[in-house]
Order: sequence, then structure tokens, then C-alpha cells
Amino acid sequence: MQIHKYDVVIVGAGGAGMRAALESSKRARTAVLTKLYPTRSHTGAAQGGMCAALANVEEDNWEWHTFDTVKGGDYLVDQDAAEIMCREAIDAVIDLEKMGLPFNRTPEGKIDQRRFGGHTRNHGEAAVRRSCFAADRTGHMILQTLYQNCVKQDVEFFNEYYVLDLLMNTGPDGIERTAGVVAYELATGELHVFQAKSVVFATGGAGKVFKTTSNAHTLTGDGMGVAFRRGLPLEDMEFFQFHPTGLAGLGILLSEAARGEGGILRNADGERFMERYAPTIKDLAPRDIVARSMANEVREGRGAGPNKDYVLLDLTHLEPAHIDAKLPDITEFARTYLGVEPYTEPVPVYPTAHYAMGGVPTNVETEVLRNNTDVVPGLYAAGEVACVSVHGSNRLGTNSLLDINVFGRRAGIAAAEYAVDAPWVDLPENPEWLVEGMVEGIRGRESGERVVDLRKALQETMDRNVQVFRTEASMKEALGVIEELKERYANVVVQDKGRRYNTDLLEAIELGFLIELAEVITLGALARKESRGGHFREDYEARDDVNFMRHTMAYRPPVTVEEESPSAPFADEVTLDYKAVTVTRYQPMERKY
Amino acid sequence: MTATATQPSSDEQKAGAVPTFTVTLKVQRYNPEVDEAPHFETYEVTAHATDRVLDALHQIKWEQDGSLTFRRSCAHGVCGSDAMRINGKNRLACKTLIKDVNPDKPITVEPIKGLPLEKDLVVDMEPFFDAYREIQPFLITNGHEPTRERIQSQADRDRFDDTTKCILCAACTTSCPVFWNDGQYFGPAAIVNAHRFIFDSRDDGGSQRLEILNDKEGVWRCRTTFNCTDACPRGIQVTKAIQEVKRALLTSRF
Ligand SMILES: Cc1cc2nc3c(=O)[nH]c(=O)nc-3n(C[C@H](O)[C@H](O)[C@H](O)COP(=O)(O)OP(=O)(O)OC[C@H]3O[C@@H](n4cnc5c(N)ncnc54)[C@H](O)[C@@H]3O)c2cc1C
Ligand code: FES
Repeated sequence: MQIHKYDVVIVGAGGAGMRAALESSKRARTAVLTKLYPTRSHTGAAQGGMCAALANVEEDNWEWHTFDTVKGGDYLVDQDAAEIMCREAIDAVIDLEKMGLPFNRTPEGKIDQRRFGGHTRNHGEAAVRRSCFAADRTGHMILQTLYQNCVKQDVEFFNEYYVLDLLMNTGPDGIERTAGVVAYELATGELHVFQAKSVVFATGGAGKVFKTTSNAHTLTGDGMGVAFRRGLPLEDMEFFQFHPTGLAGLGILLSEAARGEGGILRNADGERFMERYAPTIKDLAPRDIVARSMANEVREGRGAGPNKDYVLLDLTHLEPAHIDAKLPDITEFARTYLGVEPYTEPVPVYPTAHYAMGGVPTNVETEVLRNNTDVVPGLYAAGEVACVSVHGSNRLGTNSLLDINVFGRRAGIAAAEYAVDAPWVDLPENPEWLVEGMVEGIRGRESGERVVDLRKALQETMDRNVQVFRTEASMKEALGVIEELKERYANVVVQDKGRRYNTDLLEAIELGFLIELAEVITLGALARKESRGGHFREDYEARDDVNFMRHTMAYRPPVTVEEESPSAPFADEVTLDYKAVTVTRYQPMERKY
Repeated sequence: MTATATQPSSDEQKAGAVPTFTVTLKVQRYNPEVDEAPHFETYEVTAHATDRVLDALHQIKWEQDGSLTFRRSCAHGVCGSDAMRINGKNRLACKTLIKDVNPDKPITVEPIKGLPLEKDLVVDMEPFFDAYREIQPFLITNGHEPTRERIQSQADRDRFDDTTKCILCAACTTSCPVFWNDGQYFGPAAIVNAHRFIFDSRDDGGSQRLEILNDKEGVWRCRTTFNCTDACPRGIQVTKAIQEVKRALLTSRF
């Protein structure tokens, strides 16, 4: 085991982590730990754009953007956080341009902007051009630009280091503070303890809880799982976004930009069905509404294809040259993976699990909350792993690339400023015991259950029971399966017993996080007897502001040293509590588009 | 396939609608903890028409031999994790459909060449990223910053569009015979990323980058074999970009 000492440790090198690193490394000694090479992070998969009310092509202002964000999130958004995000959006985009990001340009040479779902002028009047973009690889350009600037600034990376535990300890002043993290080095199998005054979690999402997803294989919710196991809460986990247009059967994303550029959804009869569900903004309604409408078309027998199990995204009326200029990558996906030529044929699509609105709760300074009011000194979170909450119960397209830049930046500054003044906290005794127990427990087992079987069972039950439509019965079924999987996981076995590049072992550990998070998602969804944003209950179809306009906070008892089997450190019981939503200027209204 | 052909979502339907077939994969294996040298092992997997080579590798790892090791993340050709030699050609496993690589014969899968082998299909990427970092892959500007965005015409923006697509997968660099023989050569990917900045109208660092590439391990080592262009999974005209950098060096115009 090796011990390292840094003022600030950032966990994750996607957009949020690297944006934080650019700030933090200017102010304090900073290490970035990441399980993937920075440029492999899933921020690079983002396509459509990043919204900011630059007003480069038509009238716009950040207050309209805030309203859209709050309404899009079905009033579960903390409005102070949304105001900050939408106000700082403008500088966030300009900063990226100055760092070198090659945005598409207007005829005057300014940053070009296009329409995106749920973004409107003057509180819902009509769609507005707010999304700044670089063709349909905006995330790629953000990730590359941030990495390039990290190279310029000589940021120190520890690549292919998996952070598997968070350390806290009582500081010299008697307050429990952040002490560091424990990481597993993929190349050697060695454990590393990083002592740090502040830690920023920027580990991204958890889409692999589901089977059909736009998320990478590596998006397994590690950061959420690590914090949760240490007794910290998770907020609003039941809100998961299903993006309308995944390639049917595969889940690979076709950006909403396809509809922003004029694409139309049709059912088997060729009908533009969104006219029935959202008469004003039709195909550009927020994602939860479009996804449910699509699923409903299929359920009512109007799906396309021999099994009538998808709908069609029609781009055939667009000029091929326009498609090539604005949507080159996603049309290529349709050709490569489905063999469909989008110039002339509509593309089969179906909703795909896309984005975790919930996560590790933070305040607007990105400090992690240990309950409804108190923070853990020295611990920060930003990006998809966090819940500030700017997305409420449904994130608007383009608001995540914005979130990672605005709150990533804030986290980097806050973590470094804290580290400059804060005292060092001793490492707890045997800091590595939990990770060592986890790793050795799994590696040492000679026979048992295969990772793939458990993961498949988990993902299938989540797709079947906790997806676009949910009921009490479906979720109880899922919980039954999850309960069983927790037990079976204690028996999970890997074939690779080696130390070098043991990805077999890490897949098993990642599966542990997935099972744990699936339970939190489902329990939160079961308790939320209403429909709001991405969470739709067929047995409670209406939004219920009296009882449920509040955030869910899930807790479990922290793992302890007495824990008998650290290789399956699940809690017997998860408890739910609630936290008030911050409302500043927008009172809840019915959400119609 | 037409849009009315099937693309069902659940496994059973998929099996019913899309024909499955058996393919053989010959995969290079090497575990530094036990093997003295790399060797090949053969596996049989059941594939669907829409499956990629990455799906086949996963099937082997998940159902036959968990120790088979390779990198992957996004699974749709955007993160650059899984460049490998498939039937002797550098490709991304996640972007290569099995049906497109002649599944009637065994499909050979090897690690990319020219970088130190770590285990099975995993190589040490550090030398590759070192070369990338050396060409100063970031915007360099003189003078004071404007308060708003810099102005750039769409035509100027288009000038370097092609080379912004690079995902640093190393498929090009590790397909280059010059790089195989001389690991010091910057390699196509680094030059592509230099091009991305040299031809960006906002950038003032062109001359210093060109000086770096004028080095004996720089662009002049390129022998225009076009392997890199063929290998690029993003369709970047790599050889053309290198030619443009060479021309910029000769004419000092960019
Ligand atoms: C296909 C697709 C398209 C999208 N398009 C858009 C869009 O157009 N606009 C928009 O606003 N949003 C979009 N999104 C959403 C947005 O891209 C993501 O929410 C956002 O990029 C997440 O950034 P992040 O920095 O939080 O996480 P990521 O970029 O996922 O990075 C996570 C980082 O954490 C590291 N990590 C994870 N676990 C560990 C661990 N245990 N130890 C160490 N490191 C770890 C990883 O290595 C990685 O570096 C899209 C998402 C997808 C999937
Ligand atoms: S897995 Fe990302 S490019 Fe293949």
C-alpha cells in the first residue's frame, strides 16, 4: 500500500472533474484520480449542446432559461441553484470558447445557437435558440478542450485508479471532516491511500443500472455508492431520465438536436403523434413527456416494425447537406449500427436510460450534505454524481454540460480555498480495510455466482419494472429481485485472480454499486406516490404538490469495521427522509407544453 | 435494413427476428504474471447480425474466460478505448460489426502494435499521450482577451473541422510502419492534433508547434503510406492533414 498526500483530490476526469481541476490546481496541490483515461470519460459522448442565454441569434435572457429549467424539472428544482446555473451559463460558455472550444459560428462569426427541448422564449411562448454547439459532438469538444487545458496547466492525473472508499475522521477541532480516499490501481492491483484536505467527487452517472441505456459500460455510480456506504445520503434517486431517441434495441443515443434541427417522430401510421401530446412545442417537448408518449404509442399498438415495438425518427425531409453539417455523427450511428440511411429512411428509436437527476446532495457551493442542513467539511461533489438540484425531476437537454461546467468550476474553487485554510485530518486507523476486504473477499472466492448473471437479472428487472411506467406492483417485483441479488452477490466469483489489469474483479465491484443504487432508486420511487417529471406512476398519475413537492433523502447505516463481509457491504435497511424544495420566484403551475 | 425491418428490444424477440450465427475468434492472450510470450487462443461465440466485435469479446469475458482483458467504455465509437487489430487492421471493436469482417473465417484480434504490451489486448498508452502532449495541444494566444467570445468566421472554423474529430484512440499511430520501427516518431495522431491548432485562426502558437514538428522525429518521417487514414475510425483525412502541416513548414503559411 502506498500513501500520498495532496491538498485536494478530485475523483473523476470527465467534464466536471477537469473543470474543477483547472481551478483547484491553480490554488492548491491537486491530484485527479480517474478510472478511465480523462479523454475516455462519457462527457465525450454528449452530442447536442450546452445552453446559455447568449442571445447571439435572437432575444433571450437567463431568467427565461431559469424558468424553463424550473418548469422542465416539474418544480422539484431548487430555484436558487437554477438561478446561479443559468446566470453563470453565459460566462461558462465564453470561458470554454477562450480555452479554445471550436463552437459552430453564426454568419457574423459569433457562437451559433440552436433549439433544444423545453427551452423557450418568454416563459413558454415558443422554442428559442439557446443551445451552443459544435456539430453533434459538443461533449467531445468540451472534454478535449478541458483536457487540453489540463495539459497546458500541468494538472497531475492518476489514470486508471479506481476510487472505492472515502475516508473521514475527526479533525483536531473535534469536527468530523474529510480525510481522503482509497484507490485501487488497475495496472498493478495495488491499493493507494490519498490523504487530502478536500475531496471532490465527479464520478458521473449510473446508467448501467438499466439494460437499455445511452451510458457507457463504466457508468456504474461508483461515487454515489461510495458516499452512501459511508452513511451519507442520496437525494432524489428515483428520478432517472429516459431519453426518447435511443437506437431501437441498442440504446445508443441520437441527440435531441435531431429534433431541434427539424426531425419528426412518427408512429407506424406515419402520424406525427406528438401533436396530440404537446400541441404547442410538439416534438420538442421535454424528454419525460416525449418518452412516455412514445412508449404509449407502442403500448396502444401503433408502434412500427414487425414487433411494433419502436417508433420512427424521420429526418428524410431535411437536406442531406444540412444533416451532414449539423448531425454527422448521429446519422453515422444509424448507418453503422442499424444499417439505416437517414437521408431516405426513418430511424427506429425507443427510450433509453440516460441521466441520473439524483445523486449526492450538495448546496450551491457544491459542499456535500450529511443531512438536510449540515455539510461534511472538505467534501464536494459536482456533475452527474451530484444533486444540487438544478434538474429537479427532469433535466432539460443541454443543462448537464452546463451543470458540469458551472458547478465543476465552483467545486474546484471551493475545494482549493477550503484546503488552503483547513487543518490536516489524520487518516483513520487501517484506512484501507474496507477496500482490501472487498477486493480480497471477491478475489479469494473459489466458486460461486457469475457477475454477468447477476448484472443481467438486475438490469432486466429495472428495465421491466422501474422504467418509463411504474406501479406499486412492478416496483415490488423489482425489490424482490434486488433483495435476492444482494444475497447472491455475497457469493460472486471472478475467474481472474491476478493483480495486473484485473478488470474482471472491478466489474464485480462495480456491480455491487449498481445493486445498491437500484434499491435506492426503487425504494424512492415506491414511496413517491405521485407522478412528476421522469417519475411516472400509473397508479398515481397526477403530481401531488401537497405531499410530494419535496426531495427524497435516502440513508443507510455506514459500514463499520465490525462488518462481517466487506465484500458485500450492503445495508439491511434503507430509510427515507425528505427535504424541502427551495422556491424563490416560481410557484408551481401545471406543466403543459 | 429498411425501417420496417425488425430491430426488437428484448432478447427473445431479437433471437427470433435477427438470425444468429456462430463465429470463431482467435484472440491474442498474454498475462505477464504467468506467460513468457503472447499466444493465441480460440473461442466460439454466438452472434447476432447487429453484434459488434466488442459484443463478442464481452461474451467471451463474461461467459467463457473472465481473465480476457481489454479496455472499453462508450461502446459506440466516441471514447477511443478499444482500438485493436482486427483481422490485421486497426479498428475500434465497438464500431466493427461482426458481419462486416467475414465471420465465415476465424476473426483474429490482437493488440495495437508499437506500444508496450501490458496484458492481452491492453497496451501502455503513455508513450502515445506523451507525443500528443509534446505538440502543445492547446490554444495559444497573444494579446489581451476580449470580454466576449473571439470572433471566427464559419469558414475559418471549417478549416480545421476534420482534425477536431480525433478521439485519441491511437488506431492511426499504431498502424504506421514508421512508428513501429521508431517509437520516437511523433506519429500521425500527434500531428493531427497539431494541425487542429495550427489551422485555427484564433491560435498564435503555429510557429512554435511547427518548429517542434520540424524535428528529426517530426513530420518529415511520414512516408505517406495512408495506413493512418485507412485506420481512422472517425474518418479523418489523416494523411492530408500531415501533408498540410508539411506544406505549412515549407511555405510558413497557415
Ligand atoms: C450519449 C449522451 C449524450 C448526451 N448529450 C448531452 C448534451 O447534448 N447536452 C447535455 O447537457 N448533456 C448531455 N448528456 C449528459 C452529459 O453528457 C453528462 O451528464 C455529463 O457529461 C456528465 O459529466 P460528468 O463529468 O459528471 O461525468 P463523466 O463525464 O461521466 O465522467 C465521470 C468520470 O469519473 C470517473 N470515475 C467514475 N468512477 C470512478 C471511480 N470509482 N474512481 C475514479 N474515477 C471514477 C471516470 O473515469 C470519468 O472520468 C449526454 C449524455 C449521454 C450519455
Ligand atoms: S468503447 Fe468507446 S470507442 Fe469503443
